[in-house]
Amino acid sequence: MTTATATAAQGARRRRRGFGAWWAWVVFILGALYFILPLIGVFAHSIRTRPDIFLAYRQVFADPAFFRGLGYSFLAGLLTVVISLLIIVPTAYWVRLRVPQLRPVVEFVTLMPFVIPPVVLAFGLIRIYSQGPVRLASTDTGLNVMLVGAYVVLSFPYMYRAVDTGLAAIDVRTLTEAAQSLGSGWARILSRVIFPNLRTSLLSGAFLTLAIVIGEYTIAQVLARTTAFAPYLSLLGRNQPYQPAAVSLISFGLTWLAMILIAFLGRGSRTRVQVAGAR
Amino acid sequence: MADVAAVREQEARIAPPAPSRLSWSWLGLVPFFLFCTAFLFLPVAFLVIGSFNDRAGNLTLQNYADLSTGIIPGAFANSIEVSLVTAVAGGVFGFLLAASVVLGGLPRVLRSGLMTFSGVASNFAGIPLALAFIFTLGTLGFLTTLLQSLGLTGFRGVNLTSKLGVEVVYMYFQFPLMVLIIAPALEGLRREWREAAENMGASAFQYWRHVALPILTPSILGAMILLFGNSFGAQATAFQLTGGTLPLVTLVISSQIRGDVLHNPGLGYAMSMGMVVIMGMSILLYTLLQRRAERWLRS
Repeated sequence: MTTATATAAQGARRRRRGFGAWWAWVVFILGALYFILPLIGVFAHSIRTRPDIFLAYRQVFADPAFFRGLGYSFLAGLLTVVISLLIIVPTAYWVRLRVPQLRPVVEFVTLMPFVIPPVVLAFGLIRIYSQGPVRLASTDTGLNVMLVGAYVVLSFPYMYRAVDTGLAAIDVRTLTEAAQSLGSGWARILSRVIFPNLRTSLLSGAFLTLAIVIGEYTIAQVLARTTAFAPYLSLLGRNQPYQPAAVSLISFGLTWLAMILIAFLGRGSRTRVQVAGAR
Repeated sequence: MADVAAVREQEARIAPPAPSRLSWSWLGLVPFFLFCTAFLFLPVAFLVIGSFNDRAGNLTLQNYADLSTGIIPGAFANSIEVSLVTAVAGGVFGFLLAASVVLGGLPRVLRSGLMTFSGVASNFAGIPLALAFIFTLGTLGFLTTLLQSLGLTGFRGVNLTSKLGVEVVYMYFQFPLMVLIIAPALEGLRREWREAAENMGASAFQYWRHVALPILTPSILGAMILLFGNSFGAQATAFQLTGGTLPLVTLVISSQIRGDVLHNPGLGYAMSMGMVVIMGMSILLYTLLQRRAERWLRS
């Protein structure tokens, strides 16, 4: 029996070192096909125009609505990132340093967007701000404010996590005390000591936020932000034959870029998982 | 919600000795709570209160009673069915896929490739995803025409406006998410456990049946619950695919916002509350299961 076990163990080891088990290959290839086929499909569709196979791309790049949509959503994403960072970094820092007893409360609040689906949040926003004293929903600017506000809330779960992870990696207390003993005030400590030390985690949170905001449809649609990228693409998808395929592929490329940047920034750390995106 | 686990892990590491005397320190959190009040608490509170009021503003439970009328029970049933199917199917397939690179001995490069691709795919959702599938598996899609030219003349593509169609598309972001969540758990299976089992004469099946799966079960269940919530809250993908013809809870709520299709805003609020309750329960279950999973997978 010992020999049998030894052989089995050797077999297992050989399998591990070698080419891999057959079932692993079957599953992996199936998964790869599921990943890749829709991308091939969308690419094939985008170059179906004849005789000029790149006509769809030419049309997209000649379309001001495309750049307007991308520009609008990119700007919304940037604002979201900036506001989110300005709120979350001091908050996470303060919780860690001065009010750790409130930590569960803050954590619970940052997790709330997971429980409240975007469509529900948007529903609440549009209803509360279309009546009462603050009628944000009646002006364009107001609706833009609501949009970015909602995105900032959506970004809280992973932004807080990213910042908190970053804060865990540095010795906040010592750094703060050192800065204080050298005569720094709170603003200076945050901007000159804490922010720079968190750069990596802040950037990965920022790229994730940016990617999500650019692809977000539900809230933009509910708040009638039809210039935004996803509503533009949605409309295009109903009206045009080939351009939507080209834009979808570009959108995929943007997601890919954001993820590669995050992977590049977060080398060595575990992959961050988020599920508050633009489903 | 997926990295609740990661948070807890960090919590364990950092436990700074805190001056817990009551002071004015909480004032530092005022900006955060003010912002949350404006864009999170107030809208949600409005929905909660609205769900208990009738049109004239009187307190009532009628909105909740009305949830059993019209298309609403069907919408909840559809949403729950789609989410269950994609959570279980995506969970099983994602588990196998993660196992194939973690335990199946595939070349390491495939593993990092899969993890990066999963990160992208789990975020590639919404309108572009729906369009990609329409161009691939729709009536005139790439795969449909390819299969037809290969002799499968009867293949008409997948009806993407049906429940099955939505499920097929949701799988695209469901199983990559499973891969991302479950891979760390699989990596946490210690080699010693397998060796101990082998030394005692266990077959591979016995090892999985009595050692690995019992350890992994809370992680797998927790991850599947997460996938459930992930699918349950999805709206954009299904909207682009079906144009709203398939009643899912999120689609009914969004059409309620556009025009008062339910002829009663209170009913929309009550539906929203129903969603929040279901999502809340799944997060709670996930957290509980995760706590259990960590008992073994702490390294």
